[in-house]
Amino acid sequence: MEIKNIKKDFPIFTQKINGKPLVYLDSANSSQKPKRVIDRISNFYETEYSNVGRSVHSLAVKATNRFEATRDLVKKYMNAAHRQEIIFTKGATESINLVASTYGKKYINKGDEILITELEHHSNYVPWHFLRSERGAVIKFAPVNENGDVEIDEIKKLISIKTKIIAITHISNVTGAVLPIKQIVDLAKEKNIPVLIDGTQGAPHSYIDMQNIGCDFYAVSCHKMYGPNGLGVLYAKKKWLDDLPPYQGGGGMINDVKKDNITFAESPTKFEPGTMQTAEVVSFAESINFIEKLGIKNIASHENEVLEYGLETLRKNNSINIIGNPKNRGSVLCFTLKDIHPHDIATILDDDGVAIRAGHHCCQILHEKLGLSATARASIGVYNDKDDMDKLSEAIKKCQKVFQG
Amino acid sequence: MELKELYQEIILDHGKNPRNKGKCEGYTNDAQAHNHLCGDKVHIFLKLNNKKLVEDLSFEGEGCAISLASASILTELTKGKDLSFIKKISEDFLSMIKKKSKISLNSLTEDQVTTITSLSGVQEFPMRVKCATMAWHALLTAVEKE
Repeated sequence: MEIKNIKKDFPIFTQKINGKPLVYLDSANSSQKPKRVIDRISNFYETEYSNVGRSVHSLAVKATNRFEATRDLVKKYMNAAHRQEIIFTKGATESINLVASTYGKKYINKGDEILITELEHHSNYVPWHFLRSERGAVIKFAPVNENGDVEIDEIKKLISIKTKIIAITHISNVTGAVLPIKQIVDLAKEKNIPVLIDGTQGAPHSYIDMQNIGCDFYAVSCHKMYGPNGLGVLYAKKKWLDDLPPYQGGGGMINDVKKDNITFAESPTKFEPGTMQTAEVVSFAESINFIEKLGIKNIASHENEVLEYGLETLRKNNSINIIGNPKNRGSVLCFTLKDIHPHDIATILDDDGVAIRAGHHCCQILHEKLGLSATARASIGVYNDKDDMDKLSEAIKKCQKVFQG
Repeated sequence: MELKELYQEIILDHGKNPRNKGKCEGYTNDAQAHNHLCGDKVHIFLKLNNKKLVEDLSFEGEGCAISLASASILTELTKGKDLSFIKKISEDFLSMIKKKSKISLNSLTEDQVTTITSLSGVQEFPMRVKCATMAWHALLTAVEKE
């Protein structure tokens, strides 16, 4: 298995889109799936399916073992200290909501401050807004600079004795800025403030070592890691999972239920109520295997090469304005085109089989700061190559032609 | 081919040089619509006189060529008309986009039919339907306030 031939591992690339080969540049939105993940889902349903953690029959035992083996694999992949620190959720959004809700309930009161950045995706802002409206908390935004970076000094300046949590993105889904998360965590540790990292864009492109980074919470979106839809991971330090109340109630997450009292299970079960996404969790093991086989560092350096080539190619076109110029850019290339709205760009590019995203990318705060209502975004995955960047560049030229009439 | 049907000359022209843009003076009714998925916005302003005729009509908004062209065309076709005409043409337009029906209003000139029909290409692009219909929904909301 080699990166240069990796497109062959993804069945989606065998089809034509509008008569053209698919140039998929929307991986920051959701990545495509390699055959081994797709096969694992159908194979699991065909031969091994059962609910997990409940029944004692053979299928249930086997499914439970597979499910828990994935937890072990994720624990190892993220270098968590304990397997109990890996919680499966329905996505990074739920992972963040889980923390905001449970941590907020226990620790955030009127006037307490939550420190986020102007780069945040709505999923790392709206859950904190609930605490603002329900509990009178204050949200502070570390400003983004003209390069699309958030400087650590800006975060430092905003920390006060009232700061109860810092919640920051690992990689911006708009400017592509890679934040200095380890330094931010170190800074927060000095002040005893927990840090949540939204790893939605970070996890698919970086080596995520929880013990090295030292964060308290890290949210992962599995469908952006060549994995199944509807699945996320929350890494949380064991001390928090032991300390925080459950997020949702239901079957499986209890210890003992009486008419006058209920006690809860230990983590991770405490935070995984109801029937879990069995096939998704089991098949996510294949996503991790896929990434590990190629090596996340190799994936990142390949994507970076494609990205740099793309930037270089697009910069030759004077009508293109590339959004942000961060010190370290992760696999995201947002741009605007003179006199052509991003929506029109996306529709016209699609005619050439080039799939990009247009809009505010769930970052309205950032777009307001940029003075733009929308941008066009090309984002890169392991299967993209320089040829895709050339096709993007050509399709943009065609778009300009359509508008010039 | 389909792309050319979507981005016809009339649409590109209205998109680049939208007519009746801004806030018309002394407006009596207004309404906004927005596409929360992409952040596109449109705000319709209209001035009804005491005979319930649309004396003036304009829009403010940001968005793609389709949404700007649609709002621009809307203002051109409805200025000086009465409320029943506005309701009829809006319904006609929305059913042309959503149900692929033909424009049935017979008081339009041939040129006006060509203009409004230029937006019918949107039918083939379901994700762009809202871009075209947004302004018309805002117009109906503004009129319903009457």
